[in-house]
Amino acid sequence: MNIYRSHVLICGGTGCVSSKSDKLQEKFENLLVNKDLDKEIKVVRTGCFGLCEAGPIIIVYPEGSFYSQVKIEDVEEIIDEHLVKGRIVKRLLFKDSIEDDIIKSVEEVEFYKKQKRIALKNCGVIDPEDVDEYIAYDGYMALGKVLTEMTPEEVIETIKDSGLRGRGGGGFSTGLKWGFTAKAQGDQKYVLCNADEGDPGAFMDRSILEGDPHSVIESMAIAGYAIGSNQGYVYIRAEYPIAVDRLQIAIDQAREKGLLGKNIFGTDFEFDMEIRLGAGAFVCGEETALIASIEGERGMPRNKPPYPANKGLWQKPTLINNVETYANIPQIILHGADWFKSMGTEKSSGTKVFALGGKINNTGLIEVPMGTTLREVIYEVGGGIPNGKKFKAVQTGGPSGGCITAKELDTPIDFDSLTAIGSMMGSGGMIIMDEDDCMVDIARYFLDFTVEESCGKCPPCRIGTKRMLEILEKITSGNGEPEDLNRLERLSENIKSSSLCGLGQSASNPVLSTLKHFRDEYEAHVNEKRCPSGLCKDLLSYYIIAEKCKGCTLCIKACPSDAITGERKEVHEIHQDKCIKCGACLDKCPFKAIITK
Amino acid sequence: MDFKFDLDENKEKIDKLMEIIEEVKSKNISKKASLMPVLHDAQKMFGYLPIEVQSIISEQLNVPLAEIYGVATFYSQFSLVPKGEYEIGVCLGTACYVKGAQAIIDKITADLEVKVGGTSSDSKFSLIATRCIGACGLAPIMTINEDVYGKLKLEEISDILKKYKDK
Repeated sequence: MNIYRSHVLICGGTGCVSSKSDKLQEKFENLLVNKDLDKEIKVVRTGCFGLCEAGPIIIVYPEGSFYSQVKIEDVEEIIDEHLVKGRIVKRLLFKDSIEDDIIKSVEEVEFYKKQKRIALKNCGVIDPEDVDEYIAYDGYMALGKVLTEMTPEEVIETIKDSGLRGRGGGGFSTGLKWGFTAKAQGDQKYVLCNADEGDPGAFMDRSILEGDPHSVIESMAIAGYAIGSNQGYVYIRAEYPIAVDRLQIAIDQAREKGLLGKNIFGTDFEFDMEIRLGAGAFVCGEETALIASIEGERGMPRNKPPYPANKGLWQKPTLINNVETYANIPQIILHGADWFKSMGTEKSSGTKVFALGGKINNTGLIEVPMGTTLREVIYEVGGGIPNGKKFKAVQTGGPSGGCITAKELDTPIDFDSLTAIGSMMGSGGMIIMDEDDCMVDIARYFLDFTVEESCGKCPPCRIGTKRMLEILEKITSGNGEPEDLNRLERLSENIKSSSLCGLGQSASNPVLSTLKHFRDEYEAHVNEKRCPSGLCKDLLSYYIIAEKCKGCTLCIKACPSDAITGERKEVHEIHQDKCIKCGACLDKCPFKAIITK
Repeated sequence: MDFKFDLDENKEKIDKLMEIIEEVKSKNISKKASLMPVLHDAQKMFGYLPIEVQSIISEQLNVPLAEIYGVATFYSQFSLVPKGEYEIGVCLGTACYVKGAQAIIDKITADLEVKVGGTSSDSKFSLIATRCIGACGLAPIMTINEDVYGKLKLEEISDILKKYKDK
C-alpha cells in the first residue's frame, strides 16, 4: 500500500457536484500525474462536508486547510503553491478559517466547533465508494459484534436503552419498534429503509447515503439479525441519482466481501438487500404508503392498525426505519447505550442532523447534540442572517411543521420541545426566513405543496386542503375577507382530526402556526389589502418617482420583460401591463427612484 | 400537442423492454412488485409512457392495464406525454422558494411560452417545477437536462435559455 504525504479531499455531495466538484477531481488527478506527484499525493472524493454554501469544498490534509468555492483554474495554484512549496493559498481559504492572518484547520472553524458528528461521522472523511475505507473506520465491526457476541434480544435491549427515537420525524422509540417486529409471528420478515426524503429543504438522508452508504447497509443487517429477517429493501427517491448509484456500489461491494449474503461472519446468519426507486410522490414517505409503493401499487396510505410491525410488506411483519436512524445504530452497538444517552436531553438522546437553508449564511448540513438551542444553531453554527437583515422565523418540519419566532430562539431543540411550541422536529429541515418573507405566502406555499401531494384517498385531505389553498390564494391576491381567517382555523381543525394519515393530519400546521404568531400579517392582507413584507405581487406595483429618476437606463436593461421605457436622461416609465413584478429594476436603481406600493 | 407513438420505429426499444421484463420475471418476486422497476426502465427508454407501451407491459406482466395506468398517473416522475429536447427543472423547495424561485419560473414561462408541466410548441423545451433536489446551498437552482445552474439571478435567465435555443 502506498503511503501518501498529503491527501486532497474533494466533496462529492450533490451540492458540490452541482458546482462541478467532479471536474475539479479530474483536473487534480490529471495534473498530479503530469507533475509526477500522484505517488505522493492522493485525491479522495468524499461525501458531504456540510458547508454547502461554500462549495465546491476541498480540504488538504495533514494541514486541514479548508478551501472553499474552488474553481478549475485554481487547481494548479493549489498544487504548485500548497502541495509543492507548502504555502497555503490564503485567498482560497474559507473566510472563517483565517483570522488575524492565523490560519485555522477545518476542525477549528466555528461552523464545526459546536457540532458532534455520529450519523455523519464518516461523511466528508472517507471515500463512499470504497468499502475498505469504511472498514478502516471501524466499519462492519458492530455487525461482527452482534453476530458473534450478542443475542438478538441483547441487541434490541441496547437500542431500547440508548433512547434512540425515529429520526424521520415521528420520534417513536426505535428499540420498541424493533421489539414489536421481533415478537411478531411470521414465516418471513422484512427490514425496510425509508429514504424517500421528501420534505423540501431536508437533505440529511441523501447526504448520509452519498457519503457513508455502508453505515446504512451494516445497520439494516444488524436489524435483520435482531428481528429475524433475511431480506431488506431501501426505498429511495429517484431524484437522488448520486445517492442511488453509491448505495448500489456499496451493496455490491458488501456482497463481494461476504458482508451481505449467506453465512455472514462465518455464522448461520444471512441477509441481503435491494434498492427500490420512488417515483416522485411525497406521500410515500409515510410508511404504509411506502409499503404499498414497493408492492407496485399507487402509494396510498393504509389504515393503522395493523401496524407494519405485524402486517407490513406483503402482509408480513416489517421493520421500517429512516436513514439517519439507521446511521446511528452501529455507533450505539460499538460504544454502548450509556455513551449515546450521555448526549442530548433526557427524553431525546443523541444528536440530530439539521439541514440549514434559506436566509442564513452557512447553508448546509450540521449535526448537533439534542438540546442545543435554536439560537446556537442559527447564529453560532449557521453564522446568522446575511445582508444585515432581521431574523423573522425558522420553519422546521417541512409541510407538516410550523414556524418558530424570535421569542422562542432559546428553546433547546428536542422532539418534545418543538412540538410544545407548535412546530415539530420532522426530518430536520430548517428554513430560516428574514423580514422580507411574507408569512401568509409561506403558508400558501406549503398548502400548494400539500394539495399537489395529497394522494386523494381520504376526502378531508383531498378536498379540505384544496379549500384552504383557495382561501389563502384569495388572501394573497387581495380579495380576503375577515371571516376567512376563522374559516381557515375551522377547516384546519377538521382536516387535522379526520384525515387518514400524517400528511393530512399535519397539513394545516403551517397555517395554524403562522396564524398564531403572525396574525397581524394576515390581518394586513385582509383588512388593508397590504403585504407588510412587500412580497405578495398582487398587492403591490412598481413605480418610478419622477423627481429621483436620472434616466440612466439601468432599470431598462435590468427589466426581463421589457416593461420599462424611456430615453437616456429622461424620466423612465414602468408599464404595469408588462411588468412581472420581479423587482430586478428596484435592485438595480442607484438613485432609489423605484418604489413599490 | 399532437404526437403519435410509432410501434415500428420503436421496435428495437420494445425488444429491449421485453428482455428487461423477461429478466424481471425470472426473479422470484410477484409480478405486481416488478411493475414500478419496469415502468422506470420504460420511462427512461421512451422518455414517456405511451399507452401502447403500457399495454405491452400489461400483457407481459399479466397486470390489468387499468392498474398500470393508475400507477403511471399517480407518480409525478412518470409522464404520459413526450418531454421536450431540453427539460428545464426549477427547484421549488422551500429554500429556493424563499430565495425567489417563483420569479424565475415566471420569467421562463414568459420567455419560452411554456407552462409549468408543459412542453413548448416546437418540442424543444419542457418546464417542470421540481421538488427539493437538496442542493439548498445553491438556491435558487435550476437544471437543464444534466446541466446545473445554481445561485441564479433573474437577469441571467435569458442568456442561459438562449444558449439552448441556439443549439
